[in-house]
Amino acid sequence: MRDMTLRASVRTLSALLLALAVAFAASPSAFAEEGGYPDANINVHDQASLQRGARLFMNYCVGCHSLKYMRYSQMAAGLGLTEQQVMDNLDFTGAKFQDAIVSAMPEADAEKWFGKAPPDLSLEIQARGADWVAAYLKAFYLDPSTSSGWNNTVFPNVAMPFPLWQLQGEQVAVMNPPEDGQPGTVKGLKLAHPGSMTPAQYDEAVRDITAFLAYVSSPDELVRSHIGAWVVLYLVLFTLFALVLKLEYWKDVH
Amino acid sequence: MSAFTQWFNERTPGLGAVYKKHMTEYYAPKNFNVMYYFGSLALLVLVNQIVTGIFLTMFYTPSAAGAFDSVQYIMRDVDWGWLVRYMHTTGASMFFIVIYLHMFRGLMYGSYKKPRELVWLLGMLIFLALMAEAFMGYVLPWGNMSFWGAKVIITLFSAVPWIGDTLVSWIMGTVGAAGLYVPGDATLNRFFALHVVALPLVLLLLVVLHLGALHEVGSNNPDGVEIKQHKGPNGHPLDGIPFHPYYTLKDLVGVGVFLIICAIIIFFAPTVGGFFIEHDNAIPANDLVTPATIKPVWYFSPFYAILRMIPSKGLGVLALIASILVLFLVPWLDRGKVKSIRYRGLGYKVALAIFAAVFFLLGCIGADLTPGWITAVFGPNADITSIENLFGRILVILYFAFFAFLWVYTFFGLERTKPVPERVTTHA
Repeated sequence: MRDMTLRASVRTLSALLLALAVAFAASPSAFAEEGGYPDANINVHDQASLQRGARLFMNYCVGCHSLKYMRYSQMAAGLGLTEQQVMDNLDFTGAKFQDAIVSAMPEADAEKWFGKAPPDLSLEIQARGADWVAAYLKAFYLDPSTSSGWNNTVFPNVAMPFPLWQLQGEQVAVMNPPEDGQPGTVKGLKLAHPGSMTPAQYDEAVRDITAFLAYVSSPDELVRSHIGAWVVLYLVLFTLFALVLKLEYWKDVH
Repeated sequence: MSAFTQWFNERTPGLGAVYKKHMTEYYAPKNFNVMYYFGSLALLVLVNQIVTGIFLTMFYTPSAAGAFDSVQYIMRDVDWGWLVRYMHTTGASMFFIVIYLHMFRGLMYGSYKKPRELVWLLGMLIFLALMAEAFMGYVLPWGNMSFWGAKVIITLFSAVPWIGDTLVSWIMGTVGAAGLYVPGDATLNRFFALHVVALPLVLLLLVVLHLGALHEVGSNNPDGVEIKQHKGPNGHPLDGIPFHPYYTLKDLVGVGVFLIICAIIIFFAPTVGGFFIEHDNAIPANDLVTPATIKPVWYFSPFYAILRMIPSKGLGVLALIASILVLFLVPWLDRGKVKSIRYRGLGYKVALAIFAAVFFLLGCIGADLTPGWITAVFGPNADITSIENLFGRILVILYFAFFAFLWVYTFFGLERTKPVPERVTTHA
């Protein structure tokens, strides 16, 4: 009898564990971000990558884009930097350490200059996905037909001029031949004038900026995964003890 | 009895009796299987939603200007705020997973049949209240999908004859920039009040009634056998065991496994790839920018698909309402005397399997997964809309056909059942 109870319990438990395995396998990979962009291949647990990304962001992006939900002090904690290091190297807006990361550009001027205020990027990765952001930063090309002189294959007719052109260099579009009176579409991009970085270095830079933005999007991720393993371990032990107790009580059920 | 217990009992007339009636002397069949975990798990999730919800309420701002920022404040500035919020968002989705499995269990083992019709009806009312609760909760973070979801769902009320448009204005209660009624400050405040006060009270009351009705007639079991028909000399069912300690301990094991699954989601993939927390809700509500596809969260998607697949709005809303109301009628549509799927005819087994598959596939349409599948199967130039409509409308017909079949199959005596045993056959 006891054997049967044990076997039945094991079967019950294995069925539920199977469900768990399915849920786990399905969550991160099967529901990967849509859109078919190449994997951004970021690692938010790589602190050096986040620090390089933060430096690039503060040099090239914060002039227009805010991260209003992130404070310099929180960023320091997440990136493993001291207050001094952040204030000296990453705070170019004159903000206090406890302040949010807000662009110095007045919104009214921004609208006048670009037609649209540059969006806050605090939650950009949550909204669009890391793959989109990485692809977008690599997809700018020269296009004399736009007001900024730049266009983007991931975000056609984007208002933003390419801020990283000195790093990546200038890409031009390779066009498909016009068809049925329609103008040709962009077939691919070609680096016409190299920038200060090699293509491999630029890919690294994009990876770092994207990783930094992913961290800003969900700073909790750095804490979560560390605690999570212990929580799950505790729950597994708890469940085993509960199972042993249950089997002991159920011995007298025939 | 200890001196304290005695002192306590003398001052709480009836409380000890209530505890005995519902715990130590509530005799449940000893053959419950895996499908019988989901009732207690639903109660656990309800408690989780209330407790985490109370803490979220302490920091959330119910206004169009402040709601979105306050959620980010909870996620970033409030100590452990991210954990409490992820427990709440994960709990919302897990609530529906557990409830759908709980309802499916009822269909598998005929738990809605005489004498448990009222248990089923009260359960369906809980499901309705839960849907309202979840919808209003989804609006509160005031992301762009909150806004557009609210707009689409509230606008469904315009299908009500005569007063439809007035009703929509009345529910929205906020005049937008264009002089038209839109979801806004007033909507957010009333949804907040309903979400945190009114509907939780309704849910708690219904849960008490659901359990009260269940304990009056006793639990069904995977054999569909009435254990009260065979009582021992002590007056207790021979196949019954006291709920406490036997099922409290067994359910504790279920709780452990369930919490492991929840913890994995909360700590390692809280958005579940945009299914539990949608990408578009990371953008603040904006009535000028429509999301690429407006779709409800996954747990409403089967019903949303039924709405979408019907070409007329009025008929679509009617079909949506009918698809939920028809579930209330199941105890009377099913005239079969045999409860458990173990002893029912092949027709019922096949029909229930198809019904489950249809519900899942309708969910995939409502969640907008089908365009990707259609291009994968029929090539990039496929006419997505017409293929999806054809596929979806067949599914809608099959959804309702299940209930029609159930009635015809049992009313005209077409079902070939197997003999039902006198006593329960297994235990685990």
